[in-house]
Amino acid sequence: MYRAYYRPKSVAEALALLQEGGGRARVLAGGTDLMLQLKKGELSCDAVVDISGVKDLRYIREEGGRLYIGALSTHTDLAESALLEKEAPLLAAAARSVGSLQIRNVGTVGGNVVNAQPAADTAVPLMALKAVATIVSPAGVRQVFLDDLYRPEGGVKLDPTCELLTEFSFVSPRAAGAGAAFGRVARRRALALPVFNTAVLLVPGAGRAFLTEARIVMGPVARLPLRARQGERVLLEQGAGEEIFLQAAAAASLEAAPRDSVFRGSARYRKKLARVIVYRTLLQAWENACSRVD
Amino acid sequence: MKKQLTFVLNGKKISVEAEADTLLLDLLRETLGLTGTKRGCGEGECGACTVLVNGETVNSCIYPAWKAEHSELLTVEGLGDRENPHPLQEAFLEQGAVQCGFCTPGMLVSAYGLLQKTPTPGTEEIKSALAGNLCRCTGYKKIIAAVKAASLKISQP
Ligand SMILES: Cc1cc2nc3c(=O)[nH]c(=O)nc-3n(C[C@H](O)[C@H](O)[C@H](O)COP(=O)(O)OP(=O)(O)OC[C@H]3O[C@@H](n4cnc5c(N)ncnc54)[C@H](O)[C@@H]3O)c2cc1C
Ligand code: FES
Ligand code: FES
Repeated sequence: MYRAYYRPKSVAEALALLQEGGGRARVLAGGTDLMLQLKKGELSCDAVVDISGVKDLRYIREEGGRLYIGALSTHTDLAESALLEKEAPLLAAAARSVGSLQIRNVGTVGGNVVNAQPAADTAVPLMALKAVATIVSPAGVRQVFLDDLYRPEGGVKLDPTCELLTEFSFVSPRAAGAGAAFGRVARRRALALPVFNTAVLLVPGAGRAFLTEARIVMGPVARLPLRARQGERVLLEQGAGEEIFLQAAAAASLEAAPRDSVFRGSARYRKKLARVIVYRTLLQAWENACSRVD
Repeated sequence: MKKQLTFVLNGKKISVEAEADTLLLDLLRETLGLTGTKRGCGEGECGACTVLVNGETVNSCIYPAWKAEHSELLTVEGLGDRENPHPLQEAFLEQGAVQCGFCTPGMLVSAYGLLQKTPTPGTEEIKSALAGNLCRCTGYKKIIAAVKAASLKISQP
């Protein structure tokens, strides 16, 4: 499959090894996506740069109401984090829904985003949470909103043959008094890719009479995790409430453009599913926002 | 590119040569002759290849052997043998949790990983820990019963 395998101990060492590879060396974190892609010949490389031994890229911490998650944190790390359960439980729930324990023990949140699947279970809530990714390349460090990381045609604006994603950060929905939730439907309750998933963020204004921010992200209904902008507009213009959530979910389902799939169901079914699941997820997020003691 | 890898395997420190792209499963089965660990799907779906790396279950069929360097590995051979079976192995036999047996090594290793962290798991905890292990003979009820029985054997011998 490949000729060389490196295990750098630092970001600088990893970047140097990638540079030496001249485009034929590629980052591997957990390898749960990459090893399959290499085995099946969907991707090829001459050298693998396994960054799992890089110190300081595996953490979940909070500072001044912002959460910081190292790219090498595994799904198990996220699923079991008491801090995340308190500050952003939707992301812990999303991580718990990934694959099996064997996959969660090895697969990382950074790999989940860089692999750029439109329904990547942690990417969908991270986008709803307005997460910023920190990317280190030979040219320097840049910070990119997840919204801007995806290419409209699919894939991410990050090259794993010369760059590293090191961190995600976002405002804690708890600290912001926001409500957030994750919803998912799959063919089985375990070890099944989502037929549909969604994450929403609702930031209430004074007295919860209106919303200052509303985000709905859905997958896999496009080439990338999709913001339902029309659904969001309904919420921003009208606020929160069961009737409004029904309208917002209907608008979101019109924006969803799933394909007919033997595994995931017909497009028509999944558009209906989108409406139901977005509605339920909005209700849950609002309940979370309202159950807070101010 | 070849390398001499050292790690602790089933309690013993060993050193073995491996190519850069060798999978942990192949190193165990082909190079080291430990054929207890099975290859089912080869794609991370079935769990027949489950081993413990530093106490965590992983699918060895998609796990690079070099990633395991300097780790502590446990395969089903490390649990026990015919003369000295592990309580989990005894319970699997007693409860009839083995049919064709192909999933059994993976089931045992996943169950062992669970009991190390949660000595007396409930049904849901067992199901969740074994969700990545498929049994084509579908003997799940007895497998769950066996894990429960083993946890009792260990916690109140
Ligand atoms: C059986 C099975 C079930 C699965 N179930 C799910 C599921 O339910 N939901 C889901 O979302 N996913 C699922 N996955 C997919 C996969 O496990 C996840 O996407 C995982 O998070 C990938 O992380 P990794 O560390 O293993 O990535 P890797 O395989 O190591 O890398 C993936 C890609 O990202 C690049 N990369 C990784 N880390 C970085 C970094 N820090 N900087 C730059 N580039 C990087 C690699 O070069 C590669 O292109 C499943 C996979 C399998 C095999
Ligand atoms: S053989 Fe590894 S998961 Fe099936
Ligand atoms: S006993 Fe046959 S696959 Fe489980």
